[in-house]
Amino acid sequence: MAENAGGHRLGIDVGGTNTDAVILDADQAVVAKHKASTTADVVGGIVEAMGAVLDASGLAPGDIGRVMLGTTHATNAVLERRELATVATIRIGGPATKSVPPLSTWPDELRSVVSVGEVIVDGGFEFDGQEQVPFDEAALEAFVSGLDVVPDAFAVSSVFAPVSDAHEQRAAEIIRAHHPDARISLSGAIGSLGLLERENACVLNGALMNVAASIVAGLEQALSHHGLSATPYFAQNDGTLMAIDRVQQFPVLTIGSGPANSMRGAAHLTGLSEAIVIDVGGTSTDIGVLAAGFPRESTIPVEIGGVRTNFRMPDLLAIALGGGTIVGDQATVTVGPESVGHRLTTEGRLFGGSTLTVSDIVNAAGRASFGSYPIEVAAGTVDAALDRIDSMLEEGLDRMKLARSDQPVIAVGGGSVIVPSSLEGASEIHLPENFDVANAIGAAIAAVSAEIDQLFSIEEEGREAVIEGAKQKAIDAAVAVGAEPAETEIVSLEELTMAYMTDNVLRLRIKAAGPLR
Amino acid sequence: MPKFARVITIGEQELEWLSLGAAVFGAGGGGDPLMGTLMAQQAIRTHGPATMVGLDTLDDDDLILPVAMVGAPTVMVEKFMSGDEGDRIRERIENEIGRKVAALSSAELGGVNGVIPFAWAATSGLPIVDCDLMGRAFPELQMTTAAVAGVDINPVVITDERGNLVSFTTATPKWAETLVRTVVGAMGGEASMCLYPMTVAQAKQAAILNSMSRALEVGRLLHEAEDDPVGALCAAVEGFPLVVGKVTDVNRQTTEGFAKGSATIEGTGADAGRTLRMEFQNENAVLFEGDSVVASVPDIITAVDVHTARPIVTEQLRYGHRVSILALPCDPIWRTDEALAVVGPRTFNYDIDYIPVEELNG
Repeated sequence: MAENAGGHRLGIDVGGTNTDAVILDADQAVVAKHKASTTADVVGGIVEAMGAVLDASGLAPGDIGRVMLGTTHATNAVLERRELATVATIRIGGPATKSVPPLSTWPDELRSVVSVGEVIVDGGFEFDGQEQVPFDEAALEAFVSGLDVVPDAFAVSSVFAPVSDAHEQRAAEIIRAHHPDARISLSGAIGSLGLLERENACVLNGALMNVAASIVAGLEQALSHHGLSATPYFAQNDGTLMAIDRVQQFPVLTIGSGPANSMRGAAHLTGLSEAIVIDVGGTSTDIGVLAAGFPRESTIPVEIGGVRTNFRMPDLLAIALGGGTIVGDQATVTVGPESVGHRLTTEGRLFGGSTLTVSDIVNAAGRASFGSYPIEVAAGTVDAALDRIDSMLEEGLDRMKLARSDQPVIAVGGGSVIVPSSLEGASEIHLPENFDVANAIGAAIAAVSAEIDQLFSIEEEGREAVIEGAKQKAIDAAVAVGAEPAETEIVSLEELTMAYMTDNVLRLRIKAAGPLR
Repeated sequence: MPKFARVITIGEQELEWLSLGAAVFGAGGGGDPLMGTLMAQQAIRTHGPATMVGLDTLDDDDLILPVAMVGAPTVMVEKFMSGDEGDRIRERIENEIGRKVAALSSAELGGVNGVIPFAWAATSGLPIVDCDLMGRAFPELQMTTAAVAGVDINPVVITDERGNLVSFTTATPKWAETLVRTVVGAMGGEASMCLYPMTVAQAKQAAILNSMSRALEVGRLLHEAEDDPVGALCAAVEGFPLVVGKVTDVNRQTTEGFAKGSATIEGTGADAGRTLRMEFQNENAVLFEGDSVVASVPDIITAVDVHTARPIVTEQLRYGHRVSILALPCDPIWRTDEALAVVGPRTFNYDIDYIPVEELNG
């Protein structure tokens, strides 16, 4: 087995600004790291980062057993409408749901690039798993065989698929009978409750099938370039990993993996599993929450490229504060929202430029020391700007906390030197070693997970038994995607209230995770 | 001319405003209006805009049909309407009563029901009347101004997406509540309905007039307000800003169809040192400061974002939210002893007398 060839892991995180790489040893300690600007040729950048970190480590290719890649390929493809596959959209939900047809909320230009046809056929389930109406297989057959253009992918979404995906599975069989090589996305495996958002995510997933093929090919190319026989994995947006076969099925789940990786890396670097993570970049800061070592997930829909989706994304608060954020020193001192971004190293005063930035302020104040030019800023300006920076961080911290008590804070990311040693609301502030490559470290930590989100009737079994059964279901699902059974645990459990419902029904969102087998 | 004798065209943009305004009057309940808004917007794209008219544009003898969705908004995010429901209900009513429906109306101004009637209006081509039967959101079918005014709730017709339709003749509005919930459960947790069919003459006595156009204007104002949106909102709705602060605790539990609980708000700025507790039962019911009541049902207690004045429904309230808690005086129609027997604090199990918010905070 390739996994046994070497005990080291190589993690790469391709971000909007930087491509970071690390190698961890068998004890998950950092052996080597490398940071470079993300290039237009992303795969070239991956090849280079992999080579540089291998050189820095002094290890042989055979020492690397696994390679993990977190990348923005999919995000960029959606935002830039590039490399998108064509999709036929099938909703199994009629006669319900016809009042809002598939893709009706999509931007027209995106819809015209992606969609070759949409249909609503009768079928789907009730919240308790009973059939809403029988699945109209003949209507699906007619749609599939009547398509003028054979699409690259089919996206199938049925009403209450998170409760039962039987109609989606049957639809996949019917599609395959007509198009044996069809790539098929089923919504039940992608999103949670909320048909329109889940359907959108499912169609985006179909549209990303070509991107999936190219990122897999890119990583394999990078591996063979360096003579690595390591097993490749991809980071997904809950801070866990997918094997190659899964990324080809679920490329949409790589969207948002960057912030999730940073948070997982922060947990690993400090050993903390409950904390608030402040990830500071050049232009903005993401504040997220670690719960049981994983990013707390957003419960509200997330918009990507103008499309509302509801797949699991880290719950993040982005604030316009980074190392390159511009400080105004007119009558009143202002911080942001504009930033010089990656031009900090030419435009910031500490690098000989003429723009006053947050980095200049923290250096002038002695909070950090980098750059090559002395900073001369009026003391009043420094104090006022620091006050503003700290109160922006404090307000962000407070907005992300779920409880009043002070909580530990972990600062990571290239710009995290701007974070002070104490903040109101923080019980302690950690600035761990290797903070600047926390994202690549997060990618290299090998965990896998699964989530369920369903409504359960507690009429017969009672609440306790229902919750226990649901937990086991989540654990089984995590094991099915590669988690080590003995070490798989529930990492989040949300019990949601159901207003205006007389039946005794619970909505449970449960996630289980464990280390890769 | 009375000010409600007017005709307003409701297009996609107006729907956005209405959904915002309806959430302000929803008192934290009524469900997320998003699905209803999407349905109405789609109907408008397909059939053209809806029309909202004042009662005075109709004849006293014209038949008005109040409509609503009933059940759990949580179900509706997954299984929503086919789009035929409004017409099916109306045809059944016309057959039963033997008269044509002249206009639809919203039974409840609040959350999803503030917008969903516009989907059915656009589909049928019938106008929507600028009135409703609550002036806010309430959890049960008997909690309407129509019931207080003695308008017969029957026939109550409910239908699902499959075409199942049940017409009820009920002894009292409270019985309608009990029987309808049972059928809604069997239909999968949500359904479409009509209730209290009435003439224009009856509506002039039994409905809250001009409430929809008011919600539309409030929503538009929130959409456009730049400086001090909370102040602008208060001025527009004659609301009382009761506290500005931070949500420091939220407790929830679900019992028998009610999402019950409370939120603790600690004052900030000028309100520093004050601690208030907002108790909710689907909608916000009573606001306490210590043991004193600051506002209570049927007055409308709404939490809004302190910066944007956007309303926050109870499901979304959580620690750290910066909120301003407003109370809007309810329509005077709710302030009689007969009305308070239906929607006063005691109907929500608070052993307190109702005191209007302007007296409590005058």
